[in-house]
Amino acid sequence: MIPFLELDALNVQLAGRPILKDLTGTFSGSCIGLLGPNGAGKTTLLQTMLGFHAPVTGTARILGFDVRTHIREIRHQTGYMPESDSYIAGLTAIRFVRMMAELAGLPPEAAMERAHETLFYVGLGEARYRKLGSYSLGMKQMAKLAVAIVHGPHLLILDEPTNGLDPPGRQRMIQLVKEIRDTREINLIISSHLLRDIEECCDEVMILKDGRIANYCNLEEQRRTNRKFLQVELRGEHETFLAAVEKLGCECAVDQRTHRIKMVLPEQVEIRNLYELAELHAIQIRRLDYKRDSLQDIFLKAMEGRERSNGNGRL
Amino acid sequence: MAVYKQSYKRFEGTLTDQRWRFTILTRYAFQTVFESRLLGSFFSLCLAPHLVALGLIYLRNSPGALGALNLPFVRFLEIDGAFFLTIYEIETYLSFLLVTFIGPSLIAPDLANNALPLYLSRPFSKQEYIIGKLSVLIVLTSLITWVPGLLVLALQTNQAGLAWLSENVRVVIGIVVGSWIWITTISLMALALSAWVKMRPAAMFSLFGAFFVAASFGNMANALLDLNPPWGLLIDLNMTMRGLWQWLLLGRTEFGMAFAPAGSGAGLPSWTALLSVASFSAISFVLLVKKIRACEVVR
Repeated sequence: MIPFLELDALNVQLAGRPILKDLTGTFSGSCIGLLGPNGAGKTTLLQTMLGFHAPVTGTARILGFDVRTHIREIRHQTGYMPESDSYIAGLTAIRFVRMMAELAGLPPEAAMERAHETLFYVGLGEARYRKLGSYSLGMKQMAKLAVAIVHGPHLLILDEPTNGLDPPGRQRMIQLVKEIRDTREINLIISSHLLRDIEECCDEVMILKDGRIANYCNLEEQRRTNRKFLQVELRGEHETFLAAVEKLGCECAVDQRTHRIKMVLPEQVEIRNLYELAELHAIQIRRLDYKRDSLQDIFLKAMEGRERSNGNGRL
Repeated sequence: MAVYKQSYKRFEGTLTDQRWRFTILTRYAFQTVFESRLLGSFFSLCLAPHLVALGLIYLRNSPGALGALNLPFVRFLEIDGAFFLTIYEIETYLSFLLVTFIGPSLIAPDLANNALPLYLSRPFSKQEYIIGKLSVLIVLTSLITWVPGLLVLALQTNQAGLAWLSENVRVVIGIVVGSWIWITTISLMALALSAWVKMRPAAMFSLFGAFFVAASFGNMANALLDLNPPWGLLIDLNMTMRGLWQWLLLGRTEFGMAFAPAGSGAGLPSWTALLSVASFSAISFVLLVKKIRACEVVR
């Protein structure tokens, strides 16, 4: 896959303070999640991609365009949904979205047509002639999403898209993000504090801590790998059973403290094969779990600084 | 794509010309401005001095009409630099009021609602944003200053002949140059205050303050420090502009003479008026550029 985001020793300072420190990496997933505690530099990184802050040293390339030299081209291809409220209270949603589409370069008629379509798409069709100032928080979030996608960008940057949304609102937002992602017409970068949002939408995750990349994780690969890691609890004499399992090509290790057995299954072996062997050797499988190294575990490890993984080796 | 087909789709059509994209802001701002009937009416009122001037010029050059209306004073009316000076002194006030009403609503709502990241995350620069907003004020004030001024001059030339025009070339240049200086200055001031004072009413009062309170400070400085010539006038935008109009339209100026200590008769050099107005513009421009940014950096 062609990388849509390349960070090359990117350093950014704000008011003389280093915020992003030597970020390097290449990202090509369709949806990248940006995680990190407050002040980690997530929003600064997004804003640097949009040219709001100039890098001190290093650079970033978005869709092949360098932020130092081709910021207008990048902005042509990008839709941005900022974290904080951004709208003009006195304008109706349709007029605001249409104006933003025109500013992105759409002719007035096309802008009007797409503004209507986009507002229907995000669920504000019935409220599109209302002034933005009268919208609820959830509606304002949706209006921001409409503004970000009205011109049909190639890259969508969402900064905390579910901020302040109630559970149904959050669900609707996540659903929309997934729908947009699944069209395969667009790449997404989502910054969020909510691990669940990232886990649901993203296939790659970059975890920032103190302005550095603390961890990179390819969630899709992680999910695939986790499906092959098992923890099994047995009742009965298990030596012969384990020998039979190892003959299938599985790697096994017995935890002497808990007496649980950890297994790594090769590609061709299914869980069903284990049950068949257990029956053959009169062993009861009392418990069988997939290894679940959840995003929360990955995040916590990154925050504790225990792990500096290379993910798929692209960092 | 029909509305009922709700799915994300890229825009594949032709994009508009980047060079003229700033006019989008101007167009939308005009729609907002003229939604207010009050402002529409006031804008029409601002055209009154030029309409009166057109009428007077027509009467002055039409003995038949003049006789029928029985207005003998018009017969002795001289259409010269002094005539236009009167019109432009009135227009200075009217255009100031127009800018005071419209200017603060141009940038303040964008900053108050944090809309700048949305504008500036598009292929739309800070310079284009400023030019787009500035164009609103420049177009509106042009329509009540130099544009009708040139129409009035055209009528006078038509009635009085090219000889009159050649004798009064200074007036033509003065109207255009003076109007542009004034328009640029108050537009930049209005936008700068609109950007720094994010509340619209407060921005309006600040603009009044810059016009009238600064004048009071200037006069106070003259009186307290016994300044001769009265340098304090340089922060009185009204007096400065009056001095500039005199210089441009009459070729002489009495800038500050009325404020000089009795008997001294020492006014301020004409170029100081230009310097003062240019300083107002430059300071406003710097303040405006400093404030228009996609995001605030907390220091």
